[in-house]
Amino acid sequence: MNVASMTAPAVSHAASDRAGLHEKVMIRNLDFYYGDHRALKDISLSLYCNKVTAFIGPSGCGKSTLLRVLNRMYDLYPNQRAVGEVRVDGRNILDSKTDLNLLRAQIGMVFQKPTPFPMSIYENIAFGIRLYEKLSRSELDGRVESALRRAALWEEVGNKLSANGMSLSGGQQQRLCIARTIAVQPEVILFDEPCSALDPISTAKIEELIDELKDDYTIVIVTHNMQQAARVSDFTAFMYLGELAEFDSTTTIFTSPKDKRTQDYITGRFG
Amino acid sequence: MSDHIAKAFDVDLHELNRMVAEMGGLAEKEISESVLALVRRDADLARKVIAADPTIDALQLEIEEKSTLTIARRQPMAVDLREIVGALRVANDLERIGDLAKNIAKRVLATAGEEFPSQKLIRGLERMTSLVLSRLKQVLDAYAARDLEGALVVWKTDDEIDAMCISLFRELFTYMIEDPRNITFCIHLMFSAKNIERMGDHATNIAETVHYMIEGHPITGSRPKGDTTAFEMVPARG
Repeated sequence: MNVASMTAPAVSHAASDRAGLHEKVMIRNLDFYYGDHRALKDISLSLYCNKVTAFIGPSGCGKSTLLRVLNRMYDLYPNQRAVGEVRVDGRNILDSKTDLNLLRAQIGMVFQKPTPFPMSIYENIAFGIRLYEKLSRSELDGRVESALRRAALWEEVGNKLSANGMSLSGGQQQRLCIARTIAVQPEVILFDEPCSALDPISTAKIEELIDELKDDYTIVIVTHNMQQAARVSDFTAFMYLGELAEFDSTTTIFTSPKDKRTQDYITGRFG
Repeated sequence: MSDHIAKAFDVDLHELNRMVAEMGGLAEKEISESVLALVRRDADLARKVIAADPTIDALQLEIEEKSTLTIARRQPMAVDLREIVGALRVANDLERIGDLAKNIAKRVLATAGEEFPSQKLIRGLERMTSLVLSRLKQVLDAYAARDLEGALVVWKTDDEIDAMCISLFRELFTYMIEDPRNITFCIHLMFSAKNIERMGDHATNIAETVHYMIEGHPITGSRPKGDTTAFEMVPARG
């Protein structure tokens, strides 16, 4: 498919989209390089407070790359760099003075494959809290319970907190990872295909949880599943070959997208 | 528009389009034959129109089933979703047109033995029907070709039919006033004229649906209205 890559993205800044919205993360002119390869090209978009934004696009479009810029995960790897601005509440997190550990507590991440620590359920949650705070046992108990309740897992594991986290089912492990992320009191939660490895019922529970979590957090989700993006998100960014092709309310993207590439992708005409 | 990766999806959408086209053809035939039966006082033709209505109804049900199944299986988005919603709406309008034609045919049977008070009335009905048929054909062509301009032409000219209907009504009033023995037949003719005018409205509805399918939002602005007769507002009780 021959697509002009220099077309300006259809990024909607219509007044009706922004009424009552507060910008939590502002991405401006972001480029990303794997060595010499420019994987993200001049990305500019806003992530709004207490809203779910989905990144969709064909394989290799840069959606996971973009997600991982938001908590500077790329810093763990050599030869990867981001150029541009990513401002969280006005502060540019790409700045070299940024405290990465604090950043990753403030901007948590849940991965495709559930990654519980090989510890008890309790310790999975408490571990992160102890890195940042000094709490009494009872305060820690309260925080662990609160995180597990918030992640809709307490009812199922409240009476077996000493059980190994890895003994849980896939769906439960993923909710444990969400609880672990919430426990350190983030403001933004990033989900990288959180349901790809889960069955439909676990998926539905995670989606329901995301819908509840957005009351308290700003959420970004990368997903291959367009129906999931349509179900859970308020805004959707369609990415193609490292560019932001279109960004708009989810309603608009899935009923009347402006860019032909978006339409072709979401209707299964390519990708 | 390029084909879907899943060819079966294209097959489903083509089948929906085909069924709507078939239904459109039947509706056009019913309009022609019902009015022909009326002006020729042909009871046999009228019975044929009445007998054909269940076929149109059955097609509408098939279109609804196919649409529902396609939504369940394909989870259509954007233009595909609007196509399916469009097919459902158009099928609904065509089914109503079939009912209106059947209603005219029933009035032919109810007025057996009566004769038209004038040739002018017959010509008036025929002209109005001809205009409605031409608009319906034009809008169904626009639907099949996804032709926005063609649909908008139909949308803008609904008032012509309204005007013809009012003119027919006025003429019918004079015959009723002139001779009370004309009243029953003329009332049936008024209802028939009104049915034809309503068929024109359904053609306009289809034009609006075509606009929605292509543009992704409803037409803004009011459709042109030719009926500017005054009406009285009656406040609701309670």
